[in-house]
Amino acid sequence: MHDLQPMTALGGDAPQVDTFDHVTITENDGLALASVAARMGHEKTCHTTLKKLLGAVPEPGKAVLHDPEAGFWMGPDQWMIGAPRETHELLADHLKERFGDTASITEQTGAWVCFDVIGPAMPDICERLCAVPIRRMTAGDAQRTMIHQLGCFVIRRDNPEHIRILGPRASAGSLHHALITAAHSVA
Amino acid sequence: MTQVNRLPGGQIDRSQSCKFTFDGKAYTGHAGDTLASALLANGVRLMGRSFKYHRPRGVLTAGSEEPNALVELRGGARQEPNTRATTVELYDGLLAKSQNRMGSLRFDLLAINDRFSNFLTAGFYYKTFMWPAAFWEKLYEPIIRKAAGLGSLSLKDDPDVYDKGFLHCDLLIIGAGPAGLMAALTAGRAGADVILADEDFVLGGRLNSETLTIGDQSGADWAAEVVAELTTLPNVRIMPRTTVIGAFDHGIYGAVERVSDHLYAPDAGKPRQVLWRIYTQKTILAAGATERPIAFENNDRPGIMLGSAIRSYANRFAVSADKRVAIFTNNDDGHRTAADLHAKGVKISAVVDVRPDVPRSLDYEVLHGEVVNTKGRLGLTFAEVRLADGSMRTLECGALGMSGGWNPNVHMTCHQRGRPIWNDAIAAFVPGAELPPGMVVAGAANGDLSTAGALQGGATAAKRALGLKGRLPKLPETGDASINLKPFWYVEGCSRAWLDQQNDVTVKDVKLSHQEGFRSVEHLKRYTTLGMATDQGKTSNMGGLAIMAELAGKTIPEVGTTIFRPPYTPTAIGVLGGRHRGQEFHPKRLTPSHKWAEEQGAVFVEVGNWLRAQWFPQAGETTWRESVDREVLATRKSVGVCDVTTLGKVDVQGTDAADFLNKIYCNGFAKLAVGKTRYGLMLREDGIAMDDGTAARLAEDHFVVTTTTANALPVYRHMEFVRQCLFPDMDVQLISTTEAWAQYAVAGPNSRKLLSQIVDQDISNDAFPFMACANITICGGLRARLFRISFSGELAYEIAVPTAYGDALIRKIMEAGAQYDVTPYGTEALGVMRIEKGHAAGNELNGTTTALNLGMGRMVSKTKDSIGSKLSEREGLNGEGQLYQVGIKPIDPKDPVPAGGHLMNADGPVDAAHDQGYATSACYSPNLGHAIAIGFLKNGADRMGEQMRLVSPLTGVDVKVEITSAHFIDPEGERLRA
Amino acid sequence: MIIDHPLLGPRDAAEFTYLGDAKLIDRPDWQSETAAKDFYEYGYLRDNPAGWHQELWFHEAGDRSWLVVTRNTVTHEISKVEMARDVARARGRSK
Repeated sequence: MHDLQPMTALGGDAPQVDTFDHVTITENDGLALASVAARMGHEKTCHTTLKKLLGAVPEPGKAVLHDPEAGFWMGPDQWMIGAPRETHELLADHLKERFGDTASITEQTGAWVCFDVIGPAMPDICERLCAVPIRRMTAGDAQRTMIHQLGCFVIRRDNPEHIRILGPRASAGSLHHALITAAHSVA
Repeated sequence: MTQVNRLPGGQIDRSQSCKFTFDGKAYTGHAGDTLASALLANGVRLMGRSFKYHRPRGVLTAGSEEPNALVELRGGARQEPNTRATTVELYDGLLAKSQNRMGSLRFDLLAINDRFSNFLTAGFYYKTFMWPAAFWEKLYEPIIRKAAGLGSLSLKDDPDVYDKGFLHCDLLIIGAGPAGLMAALTAGRAGADVILADEDFVLGGRLNSETLTIGDQSGADWAAEVVAELTTLPNVRIMPRTTVIGAFDHGIYGAVERVSDHLYAPDAGKPRQVLWRIYTQKTILAAGATERPIAFENNDRPGIMLGSAIRSYANRFAVSADKRVAIFTNNDDGHRTAADLHAKGVKISAVVDVRPDVPRSLDYEVLHGEVVNTKGRLGLTFAEVRLADGSMRTLECGALGMSGGWNPNVHMTCHQRGRPIWNDAIAAFVPGAELPPGMVVAGAANGDLSTAGALQGGATAAKRALGLKGRLPKLPETGDASINLKPFWYVEGCSRAWLDQQNDVTVKDVKLSHQEGFRSVEHLKRYTTLGMATDQGKTSNMGGLAIMAELAGKTIPEVGTTIFRPPYTPTAIGVLGGRHRGQEFHPKRLTPSHKWAEEQGAVFVEVGNWLRAQWFPQAGETTWRESVDREVLATRKSVGVCDVTTLGKVDVQGTDAADFLNKIYCNGFAKLAVGKTRYGLMLREDGIAMDDGTAARLAEDHFVVTTTTANALPVYRHMEFVRQCLFPDMDVQLISTTEAWAQYAVAGPNSRKLLSQIVDQDISNDAFPFMACANITICGGLRARLFRISFSGELAYEIAVPTAYGDALIRKIMEAGAQYDVTPYGTEALGVMRIEKGHAAGNELNGTTTALNLGMGRMVSKTKDSIGSKLSEREGLNGEGQLYQVGIKPIDPKDPVPAGGHLMNADGPVDAAHDQGYATSACYSPNLGHAIAIGFLKNGADRMGEQMRLVSPLTGVDVKVEITSAHFIDPEGERLRA
Repeated sequence: MIIDHPLLGPRDAAEFTYLGDAKLIDRPDWQSETAAKDFYEYGYLRDNPAGWHQELWFHEAGDRSWLVVTRNTVTHEISKVEMARDVARARGRSK
């Protein structure tokens, strides 16, 4: 085992939590991520494996909120798979074994910062951040959009007051600032 | 002063007093007042000075169309010029000042301009200030700018913040008057997602300003009841204080919500305003109509207003414009004003009606005639009336209401080039057939000037917009009728009769414009500036058009209208910028070693959105050069480390991955062995270099491609274009991994020794030779990637770990390298070393250079097809006289060789015609002890050793230089392979 | 503007970057005898219609698809949106 200590996207030892009366914004540091892209001519097999893994193949604009692996659609024949980092640190390797030559797997854990925004003010906050029709989204909707000029995924979770935002990790600080600012704005 | 003109009733909250000051004087009004209504209540009619002639002016209107009563609001950094007193909601502590005056408002020194009005007519600056031309910038323009104009800026940073936001709905309703409310009720009850926006702070539109009834209620009570019901509907979003400013393509509307303008200061963290981008399927425009004035001599004195405004002030704000009020009308609406005021006990001097069959009244005098002139220096005192029989009457009055008919607010119907059409029945333009897709117009905006028509129109529009079936809901009875208008625009023989009060355009100016041949509406507008003020001519354009039509012997529709453009009302720049200002202008990208670099005291530089360490100053170093020289020397002597995470990385996988790289790079990749890395040059299709980088083959079907930091995004876009649009059947998958990996360059003769302590595998020269790459582990098991590539020219590696471990890795490298005095280096040292090595970078890949120019002409494979290979063969890009990359060093080692300098022959003229090339990148080389540069030189490959001049006439540089190889350090590349 | 993405439905044009004429899909054959001329025309000659135009848009802030958008350059009306990859295949492009 190595002795290197990971750092959270916001630069801390532990994830940051910001609590307001109307919303809680939590840095979610516990996600392992990897992308799966079907190889040409192997789409069917790839779909079958995805279905086995998640229970269903995520449709365009959708996520499958499954445990422990969940996934959402990123582009044509391309998905992002997420799982708890604690148990799935080597998610990409595991997926590679599962999908074999039917898909291209790319580790994405380090590329993203993840925030969970939970609370009654979540829709109001979202409206100040991005163009997704937040009040029309239902659990399992996953849209890529721009937040503070950053390309982010916005995923509606089962709890109607919960969205998960995945944004580019290098801009975690800027994205966090935008979320906090919006939370103050709608207070 | 007490509120001398306050009437009983109205919709103000008398339990809440608001103290405010205007031009330093204290007044009191009530919650529910606007600044304009509160000033009128306090007997203040004079509120501003006009733009050009500095004529005394008061309010003309009671709404956002106001041209005159512009004030500077608030103080200090929050001072905001040109706010319309008619829309400023009164709050306790409000501070306002009149503007565009020299001295006091009552004794404006620049009122002298009015005396010189003959020199200041339309187009005066085109004529008067022609000569001498040099005087324009220094003398004329500054004087005109000082004399003419509007409010002043605080020149301080705005302390407030502005938000942007996004809303989605099925139906956007613009305007919450009777039509808008009825539409919202119909659509809301049907379950549609509705946004109802109104610029006012009280919903109801004209219903709040009229005494007419709806059913058995007052209009205002009916409106309040409807709003109360709408509030209970979760699918209806009611947005007061929200102006829809523009109709954009495909159902996108812009709206400004004034969240905090009615407060003394915004609450902490809250925005002053929000710019909403509204996405809607359908839109109902129920923006109402604007009453128009009548032009007569001296019709701009304080106290002369639109009749409907006088009615608004009386009925809604419980304010009489003055003790004595006269009315000048061409329709029944003027009589309604008189009746309402009379009922409230205001003395009506007379109603002057241009129509022969004037309605009679028992309550006040009605005259058949015209107002031909007025008196009163700082406010109206008398109106002169010419009766139909030619006799004159003088009416004593402090306020005069003008009722010239109503113009439907068609603006938003024209935002996508739709043109309004003329409607004879109301003598006004109404929406044309070509509306923005999805828009339906209802109520007065559609030319339906009665309340009954508005209710019916609103309900029908909602049904039409949403495709609802069934009958209309039962609509309440209303008590109004048509206004029987006789078109009447101006009084015969008038000259200084104001059309556009904000830009001081008179009837005389329009006549002059016609006389001088500026007769099309667009010319009229620009020559006279009619309608070009901040109110965009809402009250003035029609009058100008009507007069031009008459002069030209045409009808008004033949003359046509100018184009209405967004925004509907003036919009603050701040709200358009939103949060994107100062530090938040764009997001920052931080490298994985950022925190550590901060601890080291690094100086950072912005590279795109990235913040990169530029150099790491140490104690005792006083200039950046000292730090950079030290970093370079230490790296070349022992070992240095640099964060190179910012380079773009693209994961390329698939059975056709190698073929794909063969397409995007001009050099070959098909034969690159697994475990090897290769430099690649990417061309644009026109043969010009686009970007360069490396591609590492981690497996038969897996490459990692790097791009330059600046081009990461465009290169990725280009790669997707090639993949999807040009070679759609290639089995290749792309994904960016720029931020997934923290990557460090470890360079210098001791780099291998350093890394051997971290890397778990054998990285000896045999096991891991130059240009090798591999998936490895470090520190006993962490997955990592190692590439033996070098930008510095030294024995060097790039090592990558998942980003979360980037901080730990830099600390580990520093710890393991302590025995070799490992030195962190920044982008400056990186730049010095790559110039010393002659590596091209952004300055060389500058969008004009080819592979040949870069000395890589032979890399362009002729045996395969790649993007740009064909057009790079063009005659003009090849053969005699091409530029080649060379090194440039000064003959005298003390001389600089600045980038941007041009190369000239040692003997010969120095001019553009004899230009031989130019220097692109330059630095001081601490290894060589003098400045060096790389650049491009005509036939440069054949001119090694030639002595030339490097000149920069702009900066006064002219030095003797020698042309050398661009590889100043280790030209044989021995260090790389060590 | 709103672009009706074939997979994702209506999306704000702000999420896209624009490239230009969809004729860029029709990249010439490099081995043709007239390749030099073909590539010159491909690279430099474009129609610039006031009216209907087929254009390439990249869903950069979305699913990274290239789309062929048929748009009226005068009215901004969009009559058709297709996946560029499908269009490319239909026009005979392969590997």
